[in-house]
Amino acid sequence: MTSLTRHRPHRGSRAFLPWLAMPALVVFVGFAVIPLVGVFALSFTTWDGIGAIHPSGFTSWRAVLTDPGLPHALGVTFLVMTVSWAVQTPLSILLGTLLAGRQRYRAVLGVVYFVPLMLSSAAIAIAYKALLDPNFGLGAGLRIPVLSQDWLGRPGLAFGVVVFIVSWQFVPFHSLIYQGGVQQIPKSLYEAAQMDGAGRIRQFFSITLPQLRYTIITSSTLMVVGSLTFFDLIFVLTEGGPGDATRVLALDMYKRGFQASLMGPASAIAVILVLVGLALALLLRRLGGRDAGASQLEGA
Amino acid sequence: MTATPTEARQPRKTTGRTGRPRSGRRNWAGGLAGWIWLVIVVVPLYWTLITSLKTQSRYYATNPLVPSAAPTLDNYRLVIESDFLRYFVNSIVVTAGAVAPAVVFSFMAAYAIVRGWHMRSLRAINRLFLLGLAIPLQATVIPVYLIIIRLHLYDSLLALILPSIAFAVPLSVLVLANFIRDVPKELFDSMRVDGATEWTTLWRLAAPLTRPAILTVTIFNALTIWNGFLLPLILTQSPERRTLPLALWTFQGQYGVNVPAILAAVVLTTLPLLVLYAFGRRQLLSGLTAGFSR
Repeated sequence: MTSLTRHRPHRGSRAFLPWLAMPALVVFVGFAVIPLVGVFALSFTTWDGIGAIHPSGFTSWRAVLTDPGLPHALGVTFLVMTVSWAVQTPLSILLGTLLAGRQRYRAVLGVVYFVPLMLSSAAIAIAYKALLDPNFGLGAGLRIPVLSQDWLGRPGLAFGVVVFIVSWQFVPFHSLIYQGGVQQIPKSLYEAAQMDGAGRIRQFFSITLPQLRYTIITSSTLMVVGSLTFFDLIFVLTEGGPGDATRVLALDMYKRGFQASLMGPASAIAVILVLVGLALALLLRRLGGRDAGASQLEGA
Repeated sequence: MTATPTEARQPRKTTGRTGRPRSGRRNWAGGLAGWIWLVIVVVPLYWTLITSLKTQSRYYATNPLVPSAAPTLDNYRLVIESDFLRYFVNSIVVTAGAVAPAVVFSFMAAYAIVRGWHMRSLRAINRLFLLGLAIPLQATVIPVYLIIIRLHLYDSLLALILPSIAFAVPLSVLVLANFIRDVPKELFDSMRVDGATEWTTLWRLAAPLTRPAILTVTIFNALTIWNGFLLPLILTQSPERRTLPLALWTFQGQYGVNVPAILAAVVLTTLPLLVLYAFGRRQLLSGLTAGFSR
């Protein structure tokens, strides 16, 4: 590459720019774009993950689409998505607004809040699994019956636990985003509102929330698209159980492919996962009137 | 709203000039939520830490929220003797091996995209990267697994490094391009007048001026890759190739009932990040949201 630049006159050196993008492009194409295309292709094959790959038309798709496991996994995925969104968003906005303020204890809270962001989902899941153990966990140790239920052994409870831990893990992240959003709201808006006699709550609903519109879209997009990939946490915590109560799409894909050695159907699930992700991203983009990411590059 | 009488504005001026809203009054709802959330965050962390210092018999017998009167490091010894040093090294190799090229490549690409925005090819490349943000890349693991097998890389650390780089590219390019865009155009022009090529301008001008962004992206990627679980799970097999999250999971499988030891492993695998957090919290946190909070 250096030799290329060397004998180009500096004026013409702009023609060199596409070359700079090559290394990233090559790796991205090789390990993201080709796999993306490949997953479509593999969904029309039969493959056990080790032996030869045989084209098999719509066999995998037929198997997947007629399996009641699919609507179930889709349902669980959407439920985790919407419930965890509904839990996290108000909390994150509230905490983000708090963190953007000037309270003195804010600094103390800030230090602790973000510790969960450092931890791997595997570590979090393992710690919670021990903590929630009905016989030896925290609730049992404190002899509080309400807290010593079989948290991960009953479908409804296990689902709730997943949503709780997801929130525990990601609310700090989204609070950070909202903190940034709140800090960008022009102070003059609040001054004007105060002069008009608007109270705190009124200010929150008529200034803070509308001004956070794009932040809400960004954060929601991340939550929603991110929730499609809650694999680590659920895999380590419940392996999709009890039964298949927490078997989300990503887990369904893994279990069919890498545990049941049915790579064809697993690829079909992966395709569905991709389509759901794309559809959601587009939908949220419509809702927000702009794409959280693209507009930053193209606009402004 | 805009026609504010100046005399009314006068007294307000002192209440807040930091640019932060509503500094004058207390945010009771936020405050309450803040403290409750603090408890929710702290209790599991605290419990994990103190339990990891208990013996197994004490764990069953004592109040779970009271630290052991005779804390022990035996659990930690057991974890370290279970080869965690090797897993630690593996994690370092994979993280460093993936983050360095990911950041360098992304920076070069971001520079090209910003400087060559008039070129159709670069705009197309940019769109391709943006697509990677909308798609859950984990959905591509089956073909990734196939490619890794065909490259004869299965069960090697390189198998983890290559897809990790690819998965890191979209967000890194987006964030870095945003920052490179902020470099004043005149600086680029004067570099050109001095006869500098794009290659030198990239390293001599853009890189130093966007150092905070580079650091930020490095941190974000390092955290993601360090904590990664799915790729090691499907692309490696032998114990010698385990990275920390995977090792933690298998350790938990082996020592099922020895809860204090399992929690010691949790603490130990988390420790490097907590040390980093203690020293560079501000950088770390801005690194986490840089792509989104602008």
